Amino acid sequence: MATLVGESGKKTRMVEMEIKPRSLESGFAGGMEPEFEGEHMLINIGPQHPATHGVLRLVLELDGETVVRCIPHVGYLHCGFEKIGEYRQYNQIIPWTDREDYLNSMGNNVAFVLGAERLFGIEITERCTVLRVIAMELSRIISHLVWLGTTCIDIGAFTPFLWSFQERENVYKLLEGWTGARLTTSGTRVGGMIADVPDGWVDGLKGFLERFPKTLDQCDRMLTRNAIWVGRTVGLGVMSPEEAMNYGLSGPMLRASGVAYDVRKDFPYLDYETYDFDVPVGTNGDVYDRFLVRQQELRESVRILEQAVKRLPDGPVNVDDPRVILPSKTKATSEMESMIHHFKLVMEGPRPPIGETYVPIESPKGEKGYYFVSDGTAKPVRWRIRPPSYVNLSAIPKMVEGHLLSDVIAINASIDIVMGEIDR
Amino acid sequence: MSSDLETQDHGAPTFAIVMPGQPGDNPTTPKNVPHKGGAVNPSVDDLRVKFGAAIGRHEVGWGETTVYVERTKVREICAWLQSDPSQSYEYLSDVTAVEYRDQVRPIEVVWHIRSLKFRRFLRLKVELPKDGKTPLDVPSVWPVWKGADWLERECYDMFGITFAEHPDLRRILLWEQYKEGFPLRKDFPLRGRFSRAEQLKNALAADPEARYSMEEISVLEAFTDLPADMRKRLGGGEKVGE
Repeated sequence: MATLVGESGKKTRMVEMEIKPRSLESGFAGGMEPEFEGEHMLINIGPQHPATHGVLRLVLELDGETVVRCIPHVGYLHCGFEKIGEYRQYNQIIPWTDREDYLNSMGNNVAFVLGAERLFGIEITERCTVLRVIAMELSRIISHLVWLGTTCIDIGAFTPFLWSFQERENVYKLLEGWTGARLTTSGTRVGGMIADVPDGWVDGLKGFLERFPKTLDQCDRMLTRNAIWVGRTVGLGVMSPEEAMNYGLSGPMLRASGVAYDVRKDFPYLDYETYDFDVPVGTNGDVYDRFLVRQQELRESVRILEQAVKRLPDGPVNVDDPRVILPSKTKATSEMESMIHHFKLVMEGPRPPIGETYVPIESPKGEKGYYFVSDGTAKPVRWRIRPPSYVNLSAIPKMVEGHLLSDVIAINASIDIVMGEIDR
Repeated sequence: MSSDLETQDHGAPTFAIVMPGQPGDNPTTPKNVPHKGGAVNPSVDDLRVKFGAAIGRHEVGWGETTVYVERTKVREICAWLQSDPSQSYEYLSDVTAVEYRDQVRPIEVVWHIRSLKFRRFLRLKVELPKDGKTPLDVPSVWPVWKGADWLERECYDMFGITFAEHPDLRRILLWEQYKEGFPLRKDFPLRGRFSRAEQLKNALAADPEARYSMEEISVLEAFTDLPADMRKRLGGGEKVGE
């Protein structure tokens, strides 16, 4: 190792290499190979690496090809969402929720307003409840499809990636028709939604629900019993049920280990207890079981969506509550009282009572919770995101240590991380 | 050829529908939750019986029970809640802190814990007065729940609250050399302590190689090869990993 000073005056480190001709005398032949046994190597993966699914950096200590120690580094995308939220009114925070877990933006929008509505003491309308269930399950499908596609690429299968991203685009078309945006939907407001679904939208959803299971079957046929896929996923990153609970894992990660904790079943919201769906649970807690659980969850989401479409009632989407919902433009320009409400809502924002609440939802990654503390003003004192993939990722040293370097990629993929949510 | 692959049975997907919690207990979506009052989590009474004076007041708001506990007893209380079969809070949801806009109101450290078996949710709180005398220090619950590792590191990173006996209490979302303070404290300005120009200047002046943590350097044994500022920092007796 030598230190050189370059033209810019900056220090540059470079490794001195002696290039010798490979001859019998140079020591490589005749049992004189250099001794590397017992020497550990440090390898850096990321932050700019496609297989780390964002800007995750892993420092790995290797013994040969086996990982002895793994030190993850996060924070490259840290933007201070929670700090910014303390300076925003409740409805103004919703666009930030799109941007943390950007694969589940609609789900985050709904989760955020569920917490805010608990704080405001608002009961939403029947139609809004069902629309929100549709929104959440659609974003679950998007998130799991992206997971499936990217994991396939990581492990070396290209075709399912194309299939899943094609279907994901179909869901995005639906969301775009509803909210006007593909990823950054900002689709909810405290007390309702940004808009009702447009005419013919439900038919589009029905068409998607008919086609989508066929794609799932294709991926299933391609992967589930594929010798390469099975060989690269079985027995990797095993977490026992006790360990998984102790490490705070949630979502498919926890369920693959055999713990059937699903917020939709255990602490229901949006009337999820009235839908008929199952919680798939794995037995081994390895990468393969996580794949199976997510694949089955896609089918369960389709089941929930089919029921939601059937029961979607007519009626208003937004609550009739001038404290939180803007009056219509006609009213605001013609009635004194509505104009005052409009002015106060826009200028001051809705004020919740003093209190605090933590409302968890089942995001595609796991238990996502929003914790609000209000001191009675229009801006929260504290807005906290409980990020599921942050806690799931914290178990990665436990999962990869002892495995081969190439399996680190598969295990990391199985966690289903979104760095926007981890770094916030 | 393809049929060859498909007929190989690597074990059919096995799914068992297992529900945590007690049979026959079907939770429903809470409706019309009262702001104040409502059912208190039964664990509060058990805590009072077991720990007596270490348990402070409790509140129920929006159906969630909050218990204030003594600062030094946190780990003991958590360990009991986690291991006692009548409580079985096996799941730690979140560790965070709250600072109010009030100048005198204490900083609160918040633990959200959950019993999957009994479907209970409990919020533990410790108050740390901002009188300058009480240290911003609470026991780490890492020995009880391993999931607390990064959550506590984040809480330290953002609020400057130290967690005693945490195995590796470093900054996590911000970089280790970050010197501007703790961003989620109310005395931290929204746009940071320095102007954009100063921040850019600092970033350009930073040594991009000083990016390995102390723990990793102990692996490398490359102490002498370090940039001067890090050598100084490490030489000053800062803890080098295990």
